[in-house]
Amino acid sequence: MASNEPTDIVPADDHGTTFTDPGTAVERADAFQNPGLPPHQLRVTDKDPKAAKRAERVIVLLFYVSVIGSVFAMAAYFAFPIKPNDLGSVRLNNVFIGLGLAFALLAIGIAAIHWSKALMDDHEGIDIRHPVAGPPPVQARAVEIFRQADRESGFNRRVLIRNGMIAAIAALPFPAIFLFRDLAPAAGTPAEAYSHTLWKQGTRLTKDPTGDPILASDVTIGSVFHVIPDGLLKSDDMLEEKGKAAVLLMRLEPGDLHVSPDRKTWNYDGIVAYSKICTHVGCPVALYEQQTHHLLCPCHQSQFDITREAAVIFGPAVRPLPQLPITVDSEGYLVAQSDFHEPVGPSFWERRGDYNV
Amino acid sequence: MAAMNSSDTKPERRRRGRRSPLASVALVLTGLLITGGAYALMSAAAPANASVDLSSAQSIQQGKKLFAANCATCHGLDLAGSSSGPSLIGVGAAAVDFQVGTGRMPLAQDAPQAEVKPRVFDETQTLQMAAYVASISPGPGIPASSNLTLTGDATKGAELFRINCAMCHNVAGAGGALTEGKYAPNLMNTTPAHIYEAMLTGPQNMPVFNDQNITPQEKQDIITALKTQNKDAGVGGFELGSLGPVAEGLFIWIFGLGAVVAFTVWLTAKGH
Amino acid sequence: MTTTSDTYNYDPTQPADRRQTGGVTGWASRYVDERTGISYVVREFGRKIFPDHWSFMLGEVALYSFVVILLTGTFLTFFFQASMAEVTYDGSYGPLKGLEMSAAMQSTLHISFEVRGGLLIRQVHHWAALLFVASIMLHMLRIFFTGAFRKPREINWVIGYVLWILAMAEGFTGYSLPDDLLSGNGLRIIAGMVEGIPFIGSWLEWLVFGGEFPGTAIVGRLYTLHILLLPAAVLAFIAIHLVFVVTHKHTQYAGPGRTNENVIGVPVLPVFAAKAGGFFFVVFGLLMAMGAFFTINPIWVYGPYDPSPVSAGTQPDWYIGFADGALRLMPGWLGGPGGVPMEFTILNTTYSLNILIPIVVLGLFIVAVMIYPFLEAWVTGDRREHHIADRPRNMPTRTAIGAAGATFYVVLFAGASSDLVATHFKLSIESVITILQFSLLLAPIAAYFIAKRICLALQKKDRQIVLHGYESGRIVRLPGGEYIEVHEPVDEYERWKLVSFNDYEPLMIRPNAAGRIPATERVRASLSRWFFEDRIEPVTSTELEVAHHH
Repeated sequence: MASNEPTDIVPADDHGTTFTDPGTAVERADAFQNPGLPPHQLRVTDKDPKAAKRAERVIVLLFYVSVIGSVFAMAAYFAFPIKPNDLGSVRLNNVFIGLGLAFALLAIGIAAIHWSKALMDDHEGIDIRHPVAGPPPVQARAVEIFRQADRESGFNRRVLIRNGMIAAIAALPFPAIFLFRDLAPAAGTPAEAYSHTLWKQGTRLTKDPTGDPILASDVTIGSVFHVIPDGLLKSDDMLEEKGKAAVLLMRLEPGDLHVSPDRKTWNYDGIVAYSKICTHVGCPVALYEQQTHHLLCPCHQSQFDITREAAVIFGPAVRPLPQLPITVDSEGYLVAQSDFHEPVGPSFWERRGDYNV
Repeated sequence: MAAMNSSDTKPERRRRGRRSPLASVALVLTGLLITGGAYALMSAAAPANASVDLSSAQSIQQGKKLFAANCATCHGLDLAGSSSGPSLIGVGAAAVDFQVGTGRMPLAQDAPQAEVKPRVFDETQTLQMAAYVASISPGPGIPASSNLTLTGDATKGAELFRINCAMCHNVAGAGGALTEGKYAPNLMNTTPAHIYEAMLTGPQNMPVFNDQNITPQEKQDIITALKTQNKDAGVGGFELGSLGPVAEGLFIWIFGLGAVVAFTVWLTAKGH
Repeated sequence: MTTTSDTYNYDPTQPADRRQTGGVTGWASRYVDERTGISYVVREFGRKIFPDHWSFMLGEVALYSFVVILLTGTFLTFFFQASMAEVTYDGSYGPLKGLEMSAAMQSTLHISFEVRGGLLIRQVHHWAALLFVASIMLHMLRIFFTGAFRKPREINWVIGYVLWILAMAEGFTGYSLPDDLLSGNGLRIIAGMVEGIPFIGSWLEWLVFGGEFPGTAIVGRLYTLHILLLPAAVLAFIAIHLVFVVTHKHTQYAGPGRTNENVIGVPVLPVFAAKAGGFFFVVFGLLMAMGAFFTINPIWVYGPYDPSPVSAGTQPDWYIGFADGALRLMPGWLGGPGGVPMEFTILNTTYSLNILIPIVVLGLFIVAVMIYPFLEAWVTGDRREHHIADRPRNMPTRTAIGAAGATFYVVLFAGASSDLVATHFKLSIESVITILQFSLLLAPIAAYFIAKRICLALQKKDRQIVLHGYESGRIVRLPGGEYIEVHEPVDEYERWKLVSFNDYEPLMIRPNAAGRIPATERVRASLSRWFFEDRIEPVTSTELEVAHHH
């Protein structure tokens, strides 16, 4: 690299061979010869002046159809105005302006193509190709210019300078990465944010979207309630919090539930609450089948078995949906015992493995 | 069923559109008018309530006869159910009207779920059976027509529909897949009374939405929203089954790109 | 300029109309030339020849769709507000009245229901976007199957490939702008995927969304990408792509008179200009008709984004479907629940293989698409320029690889529609997904062998036709009582199409100068055997003579 005469540049006279090397292609002496262009065939419009005249009339007509289309589109703008609160008027406006413009455009296009096909000269034209590379002297001169520039600058000789330059340029993009840091808020970390929701001890379960609290006695067997925490609707980050706190509430026959020992107190008389946010990539899992007690995610078809603490029974998800421990307050309304015991939603790098032990 | 119908007619419509862009324009217009007409007819079809007094002994007696002949084999004359049919205790008149009125019952064949079919019993017979079932064990009643007036709050209803129903039935009511071959049916041609009854009784795998979960007013809001939405869904033209991006993608590949390629073939073909 | 101008007998002292004739055309041409020097360009390109074949127009469809996208998109920017600020909807659409939604959603509804022609332009924009990506992919398939990526066009293949990626990025960013329920769930899925990337996942999501999903920043950020950065990149790459098309001159199919050293077709002025120009209006007109008659992305039905609801049949636009399909087909537990989990925790960090494997597989797939031309060039060792497009049957292995790749893609797309497949064909969703999971592994292999066999059979048929002519369907009884079918010989023009193709033989490994066989040569030789082991050679004139004497 540091030598005065770089030798890794292809000599200019190599031009010919690299271009014609056929690799493993077979070239046969007795291959057929190209028979050349077949004789030119005349079109009907070349032979019959009447046909040419007819084509001409069609083309002219089409261009004027286009004009009519444009005029129609403008007329439709006024003839089919959009009236407030009347979607029928939007439909007519859409169809008729679109119809006029479609006619205007298609007619121009068809006319121009028909013109070129029927009336313009259709003799085959021939262009000669040249190799894409410059001719040998030009290519040689280009190579020589680079070598000369190298000699005159010492780019390959003054290695310290060259490497210094490369280092300087390589270091330059890194400040940009730091500039992007403030795309996200300066405070907090994602792992922290994903680990907490609005649920805490005593937060009432309320109906989505009205925010009305739910009496345990209202949740009959076979029902499903879509639930948000009390106070969510007044939260500043309503959508962000809802995206973590949304819960699905179901009541099963207590005998149908297989409850693990440490979750004995998490359901209330067969009423169970599970996070609605899929542990796969975060779609709301909300398709509850009241006879099979299966939950299905409509985005990627993961299935969870509510009788077995929302364990995955099919699909791309791996982890069960997190369960929200619930109970009732003194008025009989359903409340949370605490926040979820693990982060809800999709997995992420910083997610620990010891939430449920 | 409605889903099947609409998907049957679609390829027909598209095949026509393929011939020539000009012909398609005219045909598409005709189709648009027909669709509009169909909508008008559909929204005019209000639930025709036959006059049956659900509490009269005569209705109950008639219903008992029909029930004994057609339903008791599986569900038992005392509604206790058997190995081949669930118990009907507490399902109420609403469930009978829904199941029999939509043709789901009597069950035709062993399928993942009961399918909508042409109904076997007329309005009167259905109501008589409902009267019988309700007389044995009370449950949700058939909704009063005052609850089905389509005068609810469409905005509230649409939001409730999105939160409680759209994940299974699709946001436009086009239906969707459930597990193991089951599906949530298309709701576009379902009558308001049947939608109401379905929410109230939770047929098959559909959860129950009792009046504490979704109040009668909210149920009416949902039905209003659904019917308003159906009426206006075609504001931008044919909805391609309201199936979303997959239908749109297939349309652009088959018909959009198909038409474009047809033009390229014409435009590069040698003049003759 | 001054040194060459005298060769044209240019005399600026003479008035223009006396220097030369040519009427208004001549006057206007000279007027412009004298101010721009454009006559060089006209001389070089005005009568440049373009070959005529329908499959050569597919790239133009993409270009024209993009022009339509630019025109309609500009109109939309005049009304669209890329803001996630909460507003209360008060427009024409009843079932959303009084609802809180973002300004982005509200302005999109305003474009749809209150701006006259707004819905039309919005629908044309969206249909054009779908056509843009679809035509790019059909164009890529054409290039692939005809070998039009070979030297000197390898770099242009890569540029076109970048355009494909950019087009998908344009599509996805645009799809997400209205902030409706469907696209919001699409973003939720992307966010969830990003979270699953090791080390940086959660921080990357944190940065992209400006904090927790959905935040209030994403629509504005996507908008900047959608209308500034990405279109600029698309335009730049289109420009380079077209410069190369001009530099290389277009490929042509084998045919009488067509050689590797010429182009036969129609001149730019007037025929090609009229055809291509007319075709722009045709594409625009078809898109306009679609916008007028077919609803696309009815966001008013979807409603504003809310993290709690979701619709059955939640899918991305079709060109992202293959990625969604990969996510759907990746099992969470290999061998069913209780089997091997595809997500596990080691030392308090989580490895989400159920996300990573689809990302890596898709990455490998699209990288394979990009590098294929270089791979094939290395295997054949052919350094010649190729301007005659192959018939797909004449490169059976390449065609088979393409068929396998296309099948892989289609299975992934079917995966993204698994729920609709289940409901429309009355199948269970589980069996559809299981079948597709196996198909993803097996169908490309089957497609490979089927395509290769079909190619070889077609090549054999071509040989038969050249050697023995077409079957005429005419049965003749010979004097001896024997019946034969008369075969019509092919004429020399037709024959040329059937016999003029490249034929490669497998690479023989030979030791290099040092007497050794490098490992790379071994790999190359085995790849070469894989490519060219099964081959049908073109008929030669000697063979035909022998056949005639039979």
